[in-house]
Amino acid sequence: MSTPTDTPVKNPPALHRPRDERRLPWYHLVFTGLAGLLVAVAVLAVAGALSIASAILLGFVLHLLFGWAYSLVREGPRWATDRLMTLLVIGAFAIAMFPLVSLLWSVIARGMTRVLAAKPTTLAFWTTDMSGIIGGADAGGVAHAIVGTLLITLWASLISIPVGLFTAIFLVEYADQGWKRTLGKGVTFLVDVMTGIPSIVAGLFGLALFIAFMPDQSVRMGIMGAVALSLLMIPTVVRNSEEMLRLVPTDLREAAYALGVPKWLTIVKVVLRTAIAGLTTGITLAIARVIGETAPLLLTVGMVTSVNWNMFDGRMATLPTFINQQYRNGNANCMSDTVTNPVNQEVYACSISTNIDRAWAAAFTLIVIVMVLNIIARLISHYFSPKLSR
Amino acid sequence: MAAPQPINVEDLNIYYGDFLAVEGVDVQIRPRSVTALIGPSGCGKSTFLRTLNRMHEVIPGAYAKGRVEINGEDIYDPKIDPVNVRRRVGMVFQKANPFPTMSIRDNVLAGVKLNNRRISKSSAEELVERALKGANLWNEVKDRLDKPGMGLSGGQQQRLCIARTIAVKPEVVLMDEPCSALDPISTLAIEDLIHELKEDYTIVIVTHNMQQASRVSDRTGFFNIAGTGKPGHLIEIDDTDTIFTNPSNKQTEDYISGRFG
Repeated sequence: MSTPTDTPVKNPPALHRPRDERRLPWYHLVFTGLAGLLVAVAVLAVAGALSIASAILLGFVLHLLFGWAYSLVREGPRWATDRLMTLLVIGAFAIAMFPLVSLLWSVIARGMTRVLAAKPTTLAFWTTDMSGIIGGADAGGVAHAIVGTLLITLWASLISIPVGLFTAIFLVEYADQGWKRTLGKGVTFLVDVMTGIPSIVAGLFGLALFIAFMPDQSVRMGIMGAVALSLLMIPTVVRNSEEMLRLVPTDLREAAYALGVPKWLTIVKVVLRTAIAGLTTGITLAIARVIGETAPLLLTVGMVTSVNWNMFDGRMATLPTFINQQYRNGNANCMSDTVTNPVNQEVYACSISTNIDRAWAAAFTLIVIVMVLNIIARLISHYFSPKLSR
Repeated sequence: MAAPQPINVEDLNIYYGDFLAVEGVDVQIRPRSVTALIGPSGCGKSTFLRTLNRMHEVIPGAYAKGRVEINGEDIYDPKIDPVNVRRRVGMVFQKANPFPTMSIRDNVLAGVKLNNRRISKSSAEELVERALKGANLWNEVKDRLDKPGMGLSGGQQQRLCIARTIAVKPEVVLMDEPCSALDPISTLAIEDLIHELKEDYTIVIVTHNMQQASRVSDRTGFFNIAGTGKPGHLIEIDDTDTIFTNPSNKQTEDYISGRFG
């Protein structure tokens, strides 16, 4: 302010870019990228180690170098750094995406074919079970495992969601002072410990719990699996719901209290209602976490070949254990083009890879189920989330 | 409706846990009038306001001791349900807080709907219209009652909160700095509204704005605090004109004239 007008400010910062710093259009990046790729291919060909993966990897590393050097010469150091960092970020993103995309691709490519090409009709894989299927018979399906997975996950959710949600409500709304606060801290600690329980231990717990009360030591029931899974699910539900309930502003609770609304109605109609989008997402994540669990189900519900709707009687098949079983069976033995069931004389085509194919198709089925659950949760949170539009 | 009675506060001590926040308030608040509470930040005026509908104890560890008589009943009597007190003593907060999941109509009906009370469609419509007209908001929102309440401007949201409060037909309306987040035009709208509301309600308003206190209130109370960690006191309460022209206490005079400290 007090600078005398006759002394010019020394070295005023230039608002325009200096002449030696300019931004080149994006396609220069393609040139340097192609250059990196070509050099990589040449080097690898000479070294005799040419493959798509190695070319892309070395090409990317060389591109980091070429792109940076090119930019340094043409654009100046600031943009060169920018280019380098941009490339590194893109590279990190690609590395993170690669396993996901490749996993989805293999499961879809190998699983979907089996589902669509199942004999005798399309989608028979989802409507038939494994009863009467022997050897390398190119038939059978996962209806029993779908039913088992859905039922056990449903019961696990029926146990975990109320317990988890009520625990979260207690922690957020009631554990604020005195002995409740102490209890709340204890509960939080135990929930944290529970989060770290290995799933096999949860399975053993489910098994031991029921065996302790049952005369038959070899008892296996769907509900045992559901209890074991709920042990894994409850901490996730508590943690996720707690976060979501804490996000509801105190303002809203006070607004309801000031209207003469009792606390429990405030929780039901204001707090839960406001948080419902987040709660749905959190619960879906918890379901997705347990729906693919294998170890506890191997221990508690075992495996059968036909549909069992009864959660309280007998073993049940589930998709993860089915995948495990089929994959362990490995390649089938095909003596001729067909196999015949000696009991009912049913004749099937024989396929060496039938077990492996079924494992992939079951994995695909599991992914489809999780995806459908996710879409349902998205829709719920979309329709119930607070709307801000005018 | 029976003749309104004043709010009698006798020897009220307000605590946060072990900390005595406001000490020994004795005051009579006149019915069907506007009482403004002024004073520096942290002096306990908002805390005092919240004890008038037992909202104070919502904060963990907070409680109050003493007598607060509304319509001849001590609201701190152990037999009294705070929920019923709050139905009779409504409150408007500093920050407008319409329910984000509800439409404008449902926000006005929140006091009815959240309490699971049944109301016929026609009487609901009537109540919405009456409350929104009472809050001077009807003309602005009558064509979009089903739109979310959060879509309104800040001043409209605050008037929506006032409509929500008067829809439960309280006897007393408490306002905790209702205009501090609003622009002058919205503030004016709310101040006009306060003038109209005092025909039917007893209004207690906390404000940092002394011009506002002198514009809207009939009586003004001045709270002060001796220092950090000391309890706040009601220094004096009198007719607004007297407080602003001829206060009897030196502290009030200093505060009013800006020579605080």
